[in-house]
Amino acid sequence: MNTDIKNDVARDTAAAPAISMIGTRAMLFEAPGDFTMTHQRRVWALMDAAQARPDVLELIPGVTNLMLIFSAPPERPQAVAEWLCHAWNTLPERHIEGHLFEIGVRYGGALGEDLEAVCAHSGLSAQEVISIHHGSEYTVCAIGSAPGFGYLHGLDPRIATPRKTVPSLNMQAGTVIIGGMQAGISALTGPNGWNSIGFTDLRVFDPAKQPPALFAVGDRIRFYPESIEL
Amino acid sequence: MITILETSALNTVQDLGRPGYRNLGVGTSGAMDTLALQVGNILLGNQMDDACIELQTYPFVLRFDTPATFAVTGIDALIELDGRTVLPWMVETAAAGQVLRIGPPKAGARGYICLAGGIEVPVVLGSRSTQLRGSFGGLDGRPLEAGDTLGTTGTALDVAGYGALPPAAVLDTMAGDKDAKVINLRAMPATDYALFTPEAQKRLWETPWRITPQSNRVGYRLSGAPLELRHRVELRSYGVIAGIVQVPPAGEPIVQLADANTVGGYPRIATVIEADLWRLAQARIGMRIRLHECSFAEGVAAMQPVNAYLDDLRTLVARYRSSTRCRAGMKSGAKA
Repeated sequence: MNTDIKNDVARDTAAAPAISMIGTRAMLFEAPGDFTMTHQRRVWALMDAAQARPDVLELIPGVTNLMLIFSAPPERPQAVAEWLCHAWNTLPERHIEGHLFEIGVRYGGALGEDLEAVCAHSGLSAQEVISIHHGSEYTVCAIGSAPGFGYLHGLDPRIATPRKTVPSLNMQAGTVIIGGMQAGISALTGPNGWNSIGFTDLRVFDPAKQPPALFAVGDRIRFYPESIEL
Repeated sequence: MITILETSALNTVQDLGRPGYRNLGVGTSGAMDTLALQVGNILLGNQMDDACIELQTYPFVLRFDTPATFAVTGIDALIELDGRTVLPWMVETAAAGQVLRIGPPKAGARGYICLAGGIEVPVVLGSRSTQLRGSFGGLDGRPLEAGDTLGTTGTALDVAGYGALPPAAVLDTMAGDKDAKVINLRAMPATDYALFTPEAQKRLWETPWRITPQSNRVGYRLSGAPLELRHRVELRSYGVIAGIVQVPPAGEPIVQLADANTVGGYPRIATVIEADLWRLAQARIGMRIRLHECSFAEGVAAMQPVNAYLDDLRTLVARYRSSTRCRAGMKSGAKA
C-alpha cells in the first residue's frame, strides 16, 4: 500500500487513495476511481472515524473525498496518512439511514428559466425532464459551497446538463437546480452557474436553528410537482 | 458604546473566525489579518476571541459615546482623535463624545479597530464574525453603515500610551524583498501541482502576480501569463481553506481567503502558508505577489517567529501594565 504523501498522484488510474497536504494544517484524502455511492459511504465511515481523532478540528466531506483540518500542524503527517489508509481499507461502508424529505417543486416559470436549456441539451420535452427529475430519489452526498447547500446524487443521466458558461447573477434561494451530474436546491440568493428548473419555498439553512442546516449527509430527497408552468 | 459616523463599503465586525461549521457549508469568515487582531486584543488585555471592526475602505469615522480604550492595528494611516494624531499599534483612551477618524492607509490595506472588552454583537454559531454571504453574524449579518451603534462590555483601562511594533517591522522578510511593491509569500505545492505543465510550474514561482480589482475577502484573483494543465481534468467537489491557490480554466490563479466557499472544484496548484496569510491580507489591489516554494517543515517552522512575536508582546504588555499600576499605587500610597 502506497501511503506516501505526494501531491502528484494521477487520480483516475491509481487504485490507492491519494493523500495530500493543503498547507500545514489540512490534509485531503481522495478515494480512487470513479464516483460510486459505495466509495461515498466509505468516505462517510472515514469521516466518522476521523471525528474521534483529538488532533482534528474540522472535517469537510466532499464528493468521494474528505478534508481533515487539524488544530495544529501534525507532527508526522505520514502517520496520519497511514492511519487514513488503514481506516479506508478496513472500515465497512457506513449506511446512513437519514431523513427522507419530500419536497414540492413549482417547475418552470421565471424561477426555473433554464428548463428550456435542459430540454435542449437532453433532447427531451419539458414534461419528460420534469417527470424524470421527480422520478428519482436523491442522496445528500456532501454539504458545502454555501451554508446548508446539499450536493445531491441520484440525478438521471438523461437530464444531466453542464453548468452554464454565464452564471445567473441573482438566482433566488430555493431554486431547484441541475449542475452536471448533480442536483441541488440553492441555499443563498446570488450568482449561480447551475441550471434552474423550478423553485421551492424550503429554506435549507437557518443560523438560529439547531442544527442550522436542514440536510445532513445521507439524507434522501424526493421531489414532487406542486405546479408546472411551461 | 460607539456610533459609526462615516463609513463606505464592506467594513464589518470580525473576530478570529467561525471554525466548526464547514461541514455544513459555513466558511470561517473572521479577520483577514488575524495577526493584527491578535495584537490589538493582547494590547488591550482582551480575550483572544474578542471581536473588532475590520476596515477595508476609508475614511472611517466613529464617535465614542462612552469612555473607551482602543488600538488601531493592521495599517499605518493618519488616525485622529478629535483632531489629535494618534499612532497605530498604540493603546489610547478616548473620552465620551470624542471622534476617531481613520484615513486611507499609507501602508497596509486592512485596519482593525480594537476596543477594550471587544465589540459586543450576538455570538452566532460560535462567533461574532460577519458572514456576508450567509447574512448572519456581526451586526445583523451586514456591513456597517453610518448611524450604526455598537456596544462593548469593556470600560476605559487605567493604563494607556503603550503599543506594539508592527509585525512587518519585526518578522523576517524573505530574500528578494528589494522591491516594496512586491509581496513575497511562501507556498507549498498542493494536490494538483503535478497536473500542470513544467512551464506552468516554473511560471507559478517566477511570475510577479498582479492582484486584480476582482479581489476581496473571498479571495484574490491574480493576473499574469496563464498556467496550463497537461490535460483537462474534472475534479469532484473538495474542501477549501484560506490560502489555497486554485486555477480556473482561464489559467489565472485565485487565492482563496477568509470568506471562501467551503468546497470548490478547480485544480489546486499550491497553498500559501498560514504564517504568511496576514501579509496577503495587507496587500493592496495592483500590488504584485511572488510565491516562493516551501516544504511542509518550512511551513510549520514559519509559525515560530509569529508565535514568538505574540508571546513576547503578551509578556511585555503584562509587565508594563503591572509596573505602571504598581507605580500609580506607590504614588497614592505616598500621598496618604
